[in-house]
Order: sequence, then structure tokens, then C-alpha cells
Amino acid sequence: MPQSTHFLPGLFRTDRPGIIFLALLLATTILVPLLHLVVPESSALHMSTYAVTLIGKYLTYAMLALAVDLVWGFCGILSLGHAAFFALGGYAMGMYLMRQIGTRGVYGDPILPDFMVFLNWKELPWFWHGFDMFWFAMLMVVLAPGILALVFGWFAFRSRVTGVYLSIITQAMTYALMLAFFRNDMGFGGNNGFTDFKDLLGFKLSSPNVRIALFITTGIALGIGYLLCRWIVSSRAGRVVTAIRDAESRTRFIGYRVESYKLWVFVFSAVLAGVAGALYVPQVGIINPGEFGPINSIEVVIWVAIGGRGTLYGAVAGAVIVNYAKTWFTTALPSAWLYLLGAMFVLTTLLLPTGVAGLLRARKAKERAA
Amino acid sequence: MTIRKLLALGVALGVFTATCPVQGATPESPAVPAVPAPATLKSLLAQLPDADFATKGDIVNGLVAEGSPAARNTLAAMLDGELYYRSSDRLVVSAGEADKLLTATDISTGKSIGAVAMSDLTSIGVNNQLRKVLRGALAGLDLANPDVAVRFAAVHEVMRTIDAESVAMLRARLGAEKDEAVRAQIIDALAINDLADADAAKRLAAIEELRGSLNSEVYNRLAPMVVVGKDGSFSEPDPAVRFAAQEALTTIGHWRTFYGVIETMFFGLSLGSVLMLAGIGLAITFGVMGVINMAHGELMMIGAYCVYVVQQLMPNNIGSSILVAIPVAFVIAGLVGVMIERGIVRYLYGRPLETLLATFGVSLILQQLVRDVFSPNNRPVETPSWMAGSLRFNDVLSLTYSRLYIVLFAAIVFVLLLLVLKRTRLGLHVRAVSQNRAMARAMGIKTDWVDALTFGLGSGIAGVAGVALSQLTNVGPNLGQNYIVDSFMVVVFGGVGSLWGTQISGLSLGVANKLLEPVAGAVLAKILVLVALILFIQRKPRGLFPQRGRAAEG
Repeated sequence: MPQSTHFLPGLFRTDRPGIIFLALLLATTILVPLLHLVVPESSALHMSTYAVTLIGKYLTYAMLALAVDLVWGFCGILSLGHAAFFALGGYAMGMYLMRQIGTRGVYGDPILPDFMVFLNWKELPWFWHGFDMFWFAMLMVVLAPGILALVFGWFAFRSRVTGVYLSIITQAMTYALMLAFFRNDMGFGGNNGFTDFKDLLGFKLSSPNVRIALFITTGIALGIGYLLCRWIVSSRAGRVVTAIRDAESRTRFIGYRVESYKLWVFVFSAVLAGVAGALYVPQVGIINPGEFGPINSIEVVIWVAIGGRGTLYGAVAGAVIVNYAKTWFTTALPSAWLYLLGAMFVLTTLLLPTGVAGLLRARKAKERAA
Repeated sequence: MTIRKLLALGVALGVFTATCPVQGATPESPAVPAVPAPATLKSLLAQLPDADFATKGDIVNGLVAEGSPAARNTLAAMLDGELYYRSSDRLVVSAGEADKLLTATDISTGKSIGAVAMSDLTSIGVNNQLRKVLRGALAGLDLANPDVAVRFAAVHEVMRTIDAESVAMLRARLGAEKDEAVRAQIIDALAINDLADADAAKRLAAIEELRGSLNSEVYNRLAPMVVVGKDGSFSEPDPAVRFAAQEALTTIGHWRTFYGVIETMFFGLSLGSVLMLAGIGLAITFGVMGVINMAHGELMMIGAYCVYVVQQLMPNNIGSSILVAIPVAFVIAGLVGVMIERGIVRYLYGRPLETLLATFGVSLILQQLVRDVFSPNNRPVETPSWMAGSLRFNDVLSLTYSRLYIVLFAAIVFVLLLLVLKRTRLGLHVRAVSQNRAMARAMGIKTDWVDALTFGLGSGIAGVAGVALSQLTNVGPNLGQNYIVDSFMVVVFGGVGSLWGTQISGLSLGVANKLLEPVAGAVLAKILVLVALILFIQRKPRGLFPQRGRAAEG
């Protein structure tokens, strides 16, 4: 396949919307900080710290949606547990941030985070060691979701658990993790999770400049994540993955090791979700077991479905659209939000199986035909 | 006649009344000529406010002689220190705190006279001696109560503070007691008394007597007999007695473990029945139709709210409200199910993942609907009195009626469902469609119609499960969400499409959960079961009882 030998041209030949998306993302990553830093606060165009953080949060959600689209849209694995990977990445980052609090906690213990002092623990549990180092925490952001996905996927794909069965056990996985993280004995802050973070790499998290830096990092990470996903799906291996989605048995009979392809796509997707979670936590300032809730994972799926599965940029668009709607509705018409979200689930699956992206594509096709 | 003489010693007239159980409960009957006619309750109560402790003792005896329920209440309130008289009119009342208000009850009529201020009441004091008299008097009254359960409880109570007086009372009672269980209990109590006897032979005989008893008091008395003191001596001097006590303790220990296991199994069975009820509706929609209904939990929630609404409509018949709610919940949840099927699911057959998402949307809408129509808070649902209480086998094992009924209910629902599927025309059609849709249609079965009815049936069962859940958990908008993962697990573990599989998986998951709970704690037990399930599904992706044949390939 020529696509795989000539990396960049192959990547973009058929991906006009992708280029538009990247351009938009670049514009956002540059404009938002500018509007915040350069435009004076009195101006209508000024962007508040709140708005910057909010958009940053959307971008991390978009990364999560990207991860789900990769496995669902291209490999046919409907994961109802991706929020677990997101939350694991978030917890790894949260552990680093907790260790950075040091003596500034309520109890002032130099080593133990507040909740451990509160629980009367005398020393740091073994799995908390190393999280005072940034590089180690970042390694864990990748490894924790990655290894969980590897183990889970290895078992599941090898024994050919597919379709709704897989969806249900991924849901059970995130549910079990939620229950586990709710326990105080687990050593992850129980019900309250982690919050009250102070610094990241020695910089104050509350300062606007750090927020901007986090925002730009998120933007870049999303861009890289998109390119990596694009590269995967347009590579030779990606074509096999798509083939698995469309005809799993046939692909197996041709001689491909279906399990391995599925497994690696799943693991990559989990890592992407974990990185998204790690970027989410310092911007939002809290992580708790609620993030593992099965409903969160299902919500991600609806972002992807609304944006249009199997397009990558559609997933990003869906995440941003739905979350913007959520922000707006939960303040303006709180009780209407669940109706709307529910209606979105029903209507997209019934009337718009290809999502917004599919709608755009169909219009393009019509224009071309005319 | 000896008994009558004992009576004349006058510990408790109640003992006497019990010696002639035919007239038993009515001491006023003319069959009691030897004793002066008991003073009336009113006159006794009137004396109470001014009585000193000695007079109070007489009044207590008088109340015992009077023997009416109101007299008993007076004694109990006195013992608990809740007896007062109102300063204004010297009315004797019992008063207790309810909802942070002090409310009083006219003790002679049992009618509440509403909230009162503490300053209006004067306490009717008791001292230790009087307390002892009261305890004896109450026990005597209860021992003679015509209700077996009350007598049984009275013996049980006496057993804990057994002394010479109560022994005399029990001995007297033993001659008259007809009920086997109460008799056995009295014999145990007397044996417990003998455990402290100076005569080693008597102690030995008592231990022999108590060998098979599961009374917790027996265990508490025997255990110290074999404990070595700090100086190496035993509290029980005789080695033979000690040996016998040790043996008896071991036997009792075995029985306690045995009954403990039975109890755990029963808990597991009742949890399993709930899981099975929650899962079996899903087994129909998921198993028979291949449809993932994520709104299943919300259909259960609807069933639970039906109980609430029915109880609001018939507040005076809480007892029968549950029975009314069962068909109501079945019909309403079933109708909602048919609406979901006709409106959404039928457009998505063959696309299970899409169905999953669409029905999840429905579940969100239903949740919010309930929040808006009722309230975001939990709704109170009452438990009928016939479901309260428990079936007591012995001190170690007692099974609550609510759990028993749930097990029974789940079994009935299961059998009915089985009959519907195996013995009715609808069931035949359902099975035909699930096995081979095209062929069924060719044979003239209206598959559309069957789909709608099957979905309705599954949903109706979910509603019925909701009725059961309303008696176990809070009825609120999140009720469904809490059960959805569990019910899916039950179905997948049992093997999709197999009702028996669902039954067995539900029950075994329940038992596994309860067996793990004492070892690991409730939450960890649940996590362990979930993890075990995930691993199990990896090994056997089609569950315990997989569908065989062509249908399995679908």
C-alpha cells in the first residue's frame, strides 16, 4: 500500500475534513490564550480564566471521544468502560498533584496526603511511592490504563467475547472499579477523591499562566492524538482493523490474527483516554470515583455517535457540541438536560446513524452530484 | 393445691390465672373466690401519685391482680421510668419522646393526649427494690399471658436474670404450661439456674440437659465454666463438670455454625431471588429477542413507583396495597415496554449496539420524568404489617418474613413465566420467533405482534420486580441505575436465552455474594463477584447454559 510508505501524503490525501479540523484546533489553541492574555478584561472579546478552563476541559473530553471512536468506529468494539481509563489517567496525575501539596495540607504532613492522616495511616502505601516525581507519574498515566486494557483485552479478545457481551463486561469493569475506588481502604481518597491541588512542576495551578500552558498542552496533545489515530487507521494495520469491524470471521479466515489487532488498538485507545484524563484533572482541579460511573462511559459513546462514528474529527465535534450543550442547559434549564440528552441518544440512533459528520458528507455528495 | 399455696405467697397472681387457662386471662371471673376482688385499675392509678415506695409495692401487686393490658402497660412504663402524672389533674400518663416532642398517653385508656411540656408532668419514681418487684410482676403477668409468643419471650427474658424468685415462678408455670416450645424453654431456664448449684451432680445433670440447647444464654453461661482464670484455676472446680461443659460447648458450637451457614445461605437466596427477579425480564428481552434494553432498570423503577402511587390511593389498606400493586405494576411497566418497542426498538432489530444506546436514552428520559412528576427525593413506601417480623427457629436462626416472601414471590414469578412460555400459545409463538424468525413468519405468526408482546412481557416482569424492590430499597429515581449492571451480569452469566440459566445464575450470584460478605465486607464482596464474573465470561463467553444450535450463531 502506498499510504504506508509515504506517511504524510497518505495521511492527508483523503482527509480534507481532518485538515480543516486541525486548522481549527490550531486556531483555537492560539486564539484562546491570546484573547485571554492580550485582550483587556474590559473588552467583550476577553476570555475569562473560567472560559479557558472550560474549553480546555472540552478538549480533554474530545481526546476521550477520539479514543472511543478509534475502537468503536474503526474496530467495532463498543466499549462502555472508557471512562475507567480516563479516570485512571486522572488518578495517576492526581496522585502526583497530591504529593506536591506537601506541608500545605490541612494537617501539614510532609509526606502523607490529608485523607491518609485523617484515616490515621502511619506511612505511605507502597503504590504511592514514586508519585512525587513527575516523570514517574507521567509513566503511570500511560501504564495504568495501558496495562489494564492489555490484561482485560487479552482475556476478552482471546476468548472472542464480542458485541454486546463485550460492552456489558466493559461496563462491569468500570462499575467494579468505581466501587473499589469508593472504598477508603483502597488508599485513593475514597468518596472524596483528590482535590485541593497546589502546584504542577513547581508552578502554581491557580495562576492564569499555568492555566494557559495547560490549555495549550491539551490542544497540542489533542492534535497529536488525532494524527496518531489518523495514522493508525490509514496504515495497513488500520485497514485490517476496519476489516475486522466489517467482517471479523472473514478477516480471521484470511489469516490475520484478529485478537492481536484488536488488542493493540484497544490498548492504544486506553492510553489516549488516560492521557486525556491526566490533562483533565489539573484543569478541573478534582478527581473522584464518580468519574468511573458507567453513565460517564455511555455519555462518551453518545458524543461519538452524534459527531459521527468512524470519522475521528466527528468524535471531536460531537464531544464539544454535546458538552457545550450540557454546560448551557445545566445552568439555564437544569431539568431539561436529561430529556435532551435522552432524546439525543434516541434520535441519533434512529435518524442519524452516521452523525453530524455523515450529514455533512451526504450534503457534499449531493452537491457534487448536482 | 401446692401451686395455690405458692400463689398465696403472693409473688404474682398472674401465675394463678395461668393455672386455670380456661378462665385464664380474666382474673375477674368468679372462679377466684379465695382472693378478694381486685381493686379497679382506676382506683389503683389514683393512689399512685401520692404513694411512697412501700405503698407503690402494694399498688404494683394490685395491678398484677387486675391483670388488664392497661395495667401491664402501667407496670412496663413504670419500670422504664416513663410513667408520670399530670400536675393539673393527677392523670397518670406514660410519656415518651417522639419526633423531638414529648407526647403523653393516658395509661388507663391507651389514648394519646398529644404533646405535653415536661414541666406539667411529675415523674412517678421507682427505686431498685421496686424495680425488682416490677420486673418480677411483669414477668409473672407475661408468663400467664394467653399468647404463646408473649409467654415464650417472657421465659426468655427471665432466663437472663434468673434468681430464686423467678425459679419458683417458672416451676409453677411448668406444671401448667401446655405449649411444648415454652416448656422446653422453661426447662432450659431451670437448668441454667442449676448450673450455679453447689451440688456438682446437679450441675452435671443441668449440663446434660442443656447439651442440645441453642439458647444464647446457655452458651454465655457455659463458656465461663471452662475458662482458666489468671491463677490457673477454673471457675468450675469439678473436672467432670468442666469436661461435660466443654463437650456441651463443642456440640453447641457445631450447631451454631450449622445454623449460621443456613442463615447465610438464606440471605444469599433472598438476594439471589432479587437478582433473579431483576434479571429475568431482561432474559426475555435480551435472550429471546436479542435486544439490549438499558431502560430495564427504569422499568423496575416504574414498578416501584406503582407501589407508592397505589399506597397513596388506598392509605387505609396498606396490607393489601402490595397485592394490588403487583398487577398494576405489571400492566403499566408492560405498556411502557410496548411503547418503547413500537416507538424505537423495532426500527433497530439486528443492530444490538444501537438498541443499547437508544434505550439508554429512554432510561434517562424516564428518570427525569420521575424526578419531575414525583420528586428528586426518595418516596416513602410502607411495608405491610404481614411482611414485618420474622420466623424464629431458635436463638441462632430466625428468618425475616420479608425475605421469605421475596424468595417465594420470585419462585412464583419464575414458574408463571415458565408456564407462559412453555404452555401458552403466546409462549409457543415467542419461542418460534426467537428460533427462526423467517420460518415463523412463513407459518403465519405475526412476528411484529409477537415482538411487541414479548417486549411487553419482559417489561411487565421488570415492573413486578420493582414491586419487590420497593420493599427492600429506597424508591427513588436512581433505583433502576443501581440494578442495571447486576441484572445484566445475571443474564450474561446464566447464558442468554435460558430462563433456567437466569434462575441459577441469579441465585448462585446471590449466595456467592453473601458467602463472601463476612470475609471481605459488602463492597469488596461485590467487587470480587464482578471480577470473577468478568473472568468467567472470558472463559465461557456464552454463559453457564449457552444456547445451542443455529440460534446461537445469531
